[in-house]
Amino acid sequence: MDNLNNLMQGFADVMDPMNLLLALIGVVIGTAVGVLPGIGPAMTVALLLPITYGMEPVQAFIMFAGIFYGGMYGGSTTSILLNTPGESSSVVTAIEGNRMAKAGRAAQALATAAIGSFVAGTIGTLLLVLLMPFVVDFAVSLGAPDYFALMLLAFIAVTSVLGSSRIRGLISLLLGLTIGVVGIDQSGQQRLTLGIPQLADGIDVVVVAVGIFAVGEALWVAAHLRRRPAEVIPVGRPWMGKKDWQRSWKPWLRGTAYGFPFGALPAGGAEIPTFMSYITEKRLSKHPEEFGKGAIEGVAGPEAANNASAAGTLVPMLALGLPTNATAAVMLAAFQSYGIQPGPLLLDREASLVWVLIASLFIGNLLLLLLNLPLAPAWAKLLQIPRPYLYAGILFFATMGAYAVNAQPLDLFILLSLGLLGFAMRRFGLPVLPLIVGVILGPRAELQGRRSLQLSGGELSGLLGGPVSYTVYTAIVLVLVWPLIRRFVVRPLRARSAA
Amino acid sequence: MSSEVKDGLKDERTVEDSRPSREGGDRAQYGMCAFLALLGTAVIVDALGIERVTNGTDPVGPRAVPLLLGALLLLLAVLYAVDVARGGRGEPEAGEDVDLSQGSDWRTVLLLIAVFVANALLIERLGWVISGGLLFWGTAFALGNRHYIRNLLISATLSLTTFYAFAIGLGVNLPAGVLQGIL
Repeated sequence: MDNLNNLMQGFADVMDPMNLLLALIGVVIGTAVGVLPGIGPAMTVALLLPITYGMEPVQAFIMFAGIFYGGMYGGSTTSILLNTPGESSSVVTAIEGNRMAKAGRAAQALATAAIGSFVAGTIGTLLLVLLMPFVVDFAVSLGAPDYFALMLLAFIAVTSVLGSSRIRGLISLLLGLTIGVVGIDQSGQQRLTLGIPQLADGIDVVVVAVGIFAVGEALWVAAHLRRRPAEVIPVGRPWMGKKDWQRSWKPWLRGTAYGFPFGALPAGGAEIPTFMSYITEKRLSKHPEEFGKGAIEGVAGPEAANNASAAGTLVPMLALGLPTNATAAVMLAAFQSYGIQPGPLLLDREASLVWVLIASLFIGNLLLLLLNLPLAPAWAKLLQIPRPYLYAGILFFATMGAYAVNAQPLDLFILLSLGLLGFAMRRFGLPVLPLIVGVILGPRAELQGRRSLQLSGGELSGLLGGPVSYTVYTAIVLVLVWPLIRRFVVRPLRARSAA
Repeated sequence: MSSEVKDGLKDERTVEDSRPSREGGDRAQYGMCAFLALLGTAVIVDALGIERVTNGTDPVGPRAVPLLLGALLLLLAVLYAVDVARGGRGEPEAGEDVDLSQGSDWRTVLLLIAVFVANALLIERLGWVISGGLLFWGTAFALGNRHYIRNLLISATLSLTTFYAFAIGLGVNLPAGVLQGIL
């Protein structure tokens, strides 16, 4: 019950007209930016991060929670109305959602997405409240070798589980790890700084995220700009009939049940649970013939799974300091920019701040629902913004944000170089997420690895801590050999049962 | 089942994706291999130049990780090249505003880079209001918008609003430049 008391205290801290206004502003601009085509939730958070630089951490977090949920919902609006998912996690929502919109049921698709997100977000955040203390207790017992193993697992997971090509995932990860090395290391030596004094502190993660996401995207689109913008489906005020409710509520709950655990695992993500939810709904639906033509279950389930997984990601992010998706990675960077280090000690050191953040998540989620149902037609208009203005605006705010981090023009040149790297990665189909995770976790993995070896006096056996690290290394091996198992065990079995 | 869904998606995305250069494999990927190899070499050279500080409290020292990363970069450059030689290629990223049926429009990209560099060079001297406004105006121009006067008004409004809202209102670091004292 302690948590609930803490949570109530968090609500009490947030419930102040000024703070509620900040939450509202956060939700509005988060949605407005998230709706813009080509901008996924992670990019929304990265672009809007600088707005909070001048604020106190409490206020910043309140606004941040609003931006987080606003960006997520904005992304699904775009994928439903334009059939263009901003992030891989909303790919599935786009399949049925866009078909529904084309069949004249855009209002219902947006409504089931909005209400489903609310249901999943609320349940997910409640589970976060209940789970956090246990995960923290577990995390406190972990030693350096265990952390090192967990980070290795996160590296392997982002490169192997997601994406089609492991080589390309690994390249992206290594680029990120290399960027993470830049700066003065723990023993005081300059590494990869090229003798430039401003690089001694390393390259700011916000600059990396904005460069790769925003500048890279702007350059990539500039090279391939479609001369005629895609058709936007007009939409009225979202609403659902009785039948839509009947068909939606179970998929919402099932989607939540898939999404949260996957998000909470250090190797999770939203891609797998959204696909699983889609397949489940297709199987269980009384209208399987509608799938592929716009079935409401196919929007309700995956969208709930997506949001629940986002709430789940906050568990390892807050308790272990391990981000498992791009949005969490950028949020972790935001925490660090306020001088706050997520991890097992966070709940002790910054307890009130954590509970304020969680209370803000509840409030942001509610505001989102109240605001987005009536405002959906206005958001849909944003999709028609002329593309030159859209990308000029993205570059404008990206530059402003990156400059604001350290107030040095050098960062703008770094931003451009990273933008060109982001361009090349898009051109060659290299995934972006492993790079961001590498930049953030690389230095910390090195720290934990060196600490482990310090305890063992340099013996490599020091990396094998206790039962936790054994388990994690087993999981890593399983992830690595899974394709082989599938090729030599699962497929022959299936072929046999089919024959 | 899941592969069914994925395949369906892939089909939709690659419908317009049929550049003629694709037939002979995507040779440009070798450029990326070369970049990785160069980067790997640079990381190793840099690491070798770091003073060797290992002692009882830090048996690993600052050199081990960059040396390992450099070696891995070289290894991956080779593996990537092998993959490319065997016909492997990454799917260029699709998107609502992206039209992959045409080749890359390098003129627009170079113009954008020029505008971006101009802003980076001018931001401290001219201040955010002027350089940021130029950035917006120049980007819109590079992307093919020809409403010069209207864009000038939009740029000025945007950079003035952001300056007052963020620099003065929220305390974000943005330089006033030559307009110091006027704004």
